[in-house]
Amino acid sequence: MDLYEYQGRDLFERHGLPVLAGGVATTPEEARAIAERLGGRVVVKAQVKVGGRGKAGGVKLAEGAEETVARATDILGMDIKGHTVHKVMITVTADVAEEYYFSYLLDRANRTFLCIASVAGGMDIEQVAAETPEKVVKAPIDAVEGVDEAKAREIVTAAGFPTELADQVVEIAVGLWKAFVAEDATLVEVNPLAKTKDGKLLLLDAKVSLDENAGFRHPDHEALVDQATVDPLEQAAKEKDLNYVKLDGEVGIIGNGAGLVMSTLDVVAYAGERHGNVKPANFLDIGGGASAAVMANGLEIVLSDPSVKSVFVNVFGGITSCDAVANGIVQALALLEERGEQVTKPLVVRLDGNNAEAGRAILDGANNPLIERVDTMDGAAERAAELAAAGV
Amino acid sequence: MAIWLTKDSRVIVQGMTGSEGSKHTRRMLAAGTNVVGGVNPRKAGTTIDFDGTELPVFASVADAMKDTGADVTVIFVPPQFTKGAVVEAIDAGIPLAVVITEGVPVHDTAAFWAYNVAKGERTRIIGPNCPGIASPGASNAGIIPADITGAGRIGLVSKSGTLTYQMMYELRDIGFSTCVGIGGDPIIGTTHIDALAAFEADPDTDAIVMIGEIGGDAEERAAEFIKANVTKPVVGYIAGFTAPPGKTMGHAGAIISGSAGTADAKKAALEAVGVKVGKTPTETAKLMREIMSAG
Repeated sequence: MDLYEYQGRDLFERHGLPVLAGGVATTPEEARAIAERLGGRVVVKAQVKVGGRGKAGGVKLAEGAEETVARATDILGMDIKGHTVHKVMITVTADVAEEYYFSYLLDRANRTFLCIASVAGGMDIEQVAAETPEKVVKAPIDAVEGVDEAKAREIVTAAGFPTELADQVVEIAVGLWKAFVAEDATLVEVNPLAKTKDGKLLLLDAKVSLDENAGFRHPDHEALVDQATVDPLEQAAKEKDLNYVKLDGEVGIIGNGAGLVMSTLDVVAYAGERHGNVKPANFLDIGGGASAAVMANGLEIVLSDPSVKSVFVNVFGGITSCDAVANGIVQALALLEERGEQVTKPLVVRLDGNNAEAGRAILDGANNPLIERVDTMDGAAERAAELAAAGV
Repeated sequence: MAIWLTKDSRVIVQGMTGSEGSKHTRRMLAAGTNVVGGVNPRKAGTTIDFDGTELPVFASVADAMKDTGADVTVIFVPPQFTKGAVVEAIDAGIPLAVVITEGVPVHDTAAFWAYNVAKGERTRIIGPNCPGIASPGASNAGIIPADITGAGRIGLVSKSGTLTYQMMYELRDIGFSTCVGIGGDPIIGTTHIDALAAFEADPDTDAIVMIGEIGGDAEERAAEFIKANVTKPVVGYIAGFTAPPGKTMGHAGAIISGSAGTADAKKAALEAVGVKVGKTPTETAKLMREIMSAG
């Protein structure tokens, strides 16, 4: 889960790291209250999870409460690269003399964590690394040993931070590592880490990603999810413990196993190229044990998407046996009828693997005109795309 | 022969007394796996009956190894306890630990991996969040269905469970030496490269299927490795060509970040080193079939 800048700022503050005083507002009136509390000159920043806010006009200075209200009014509701601004962060300003870069992140390739530090901050670090690699230090961090003062000093020296700032950077490096571990983050990025004209270091931006698998250790993380931007279908799916991602196409997808479902999306998209360019409407992994209830919940979510014109149920019976899945589909349709849902969209079902013959016989025996059985993945994708194209 | 798991492997189960653990212990036994016991400190000293096979429960992995000569552990404990279970297996020095558990925090995986490295990598870790490893006809450690395919001379390494099963099914008439599900998490113990190296060295494997998916650069690194080290034919499949950036597709590791981790980049990297990449699982199986029938 990626956090908004203000949530990252709050997280840094909770862990005792130096950030600018500020607050977050969803209305111009809330912005006024914050400006009055802070006093003087403030900066109003659009809260969107996309880069390039400044260039898009989403970051403005304001002097006093009235101007803050005006700037917040301008920015709230703005569209930045397809993201609507629902919140602005308002902070006091800082007299910045120098800008540095500091981050901890997951290093998948080396199965550990990485610290990236540079005295050339304030811009895109990937660009700095490409153009002037000597200005970027990448230090692997041992997940067990972590970052203590000695390790931090090693990084600070290697990155070439000014001597008079070394102690401050070391303290921030250790503190940021503690926050990274304590919050089960997969990324904490500070760009810029700024030196003010009076020689103090401040974390001026916050890019934080948290590991959702660690949610059981962090009941507070749930509150960081921005309900306003969660797709309603994704929310409904989550409440039913379904792994669902809304996409833009017309062919609803239900399958078992993340890899197989991803593969199903691809196969449907290829087939769509031959059928009016229809695309997959969603990712939905119902997992290993595809019971009737789970299938009914899945079908309900997928069918309630108005852009869905046909549904492709793609199941490989590994541990799950296909007769159970077939019964699940038949019962799911009956269950949806009972719930008062009018099911009119065609279902193309491909069952293969464990007990496939029995499963196919159950589908045939159900004699439901909505269910069409195709026994190969590629063939079924073709048919589902064709039906979707016809239904569009 | 096969890689890492053979008919001589002696398997214990951490979490054998839980619902998943007991279900799959029964399945592993039915598949002919030599399961020799389980670990649960609270039930140490008791035995559990699996359809006529009495399996002893031990207090620790070390005890189980001492008593049974176990050299493989399959871990089914919940995510909160996974790190502890793996660390215990590493401390005992067991040669192979297969971590089935899904939803393990990445800090925990990074920590047990670092611990394993500090201990000299005596333990091969497969997973977490993986279906395990199967050497058809010999042994099965994990949750891969044993009856999809028989023994043969294809090696399979995959990030995805059901795609593994699909591929085994498509090529069931040819058969497999070993199928390894390495899991879809951002940090995993055994990588594509580890499996490629083992298959290359395995006299009973003639060709290799490698299944990847979006996220990270493991497939790109595997391509470099293949170029320098693999002489056997390799066929590849990548899932997620049409996945949008920034969305996690089921597996925690399956996410395109910016322009990194796309299926197109992985396909290009593999094809650049002579690996044939199928557009669909069925097409991939067809490519392998052509290689095997050409002898």
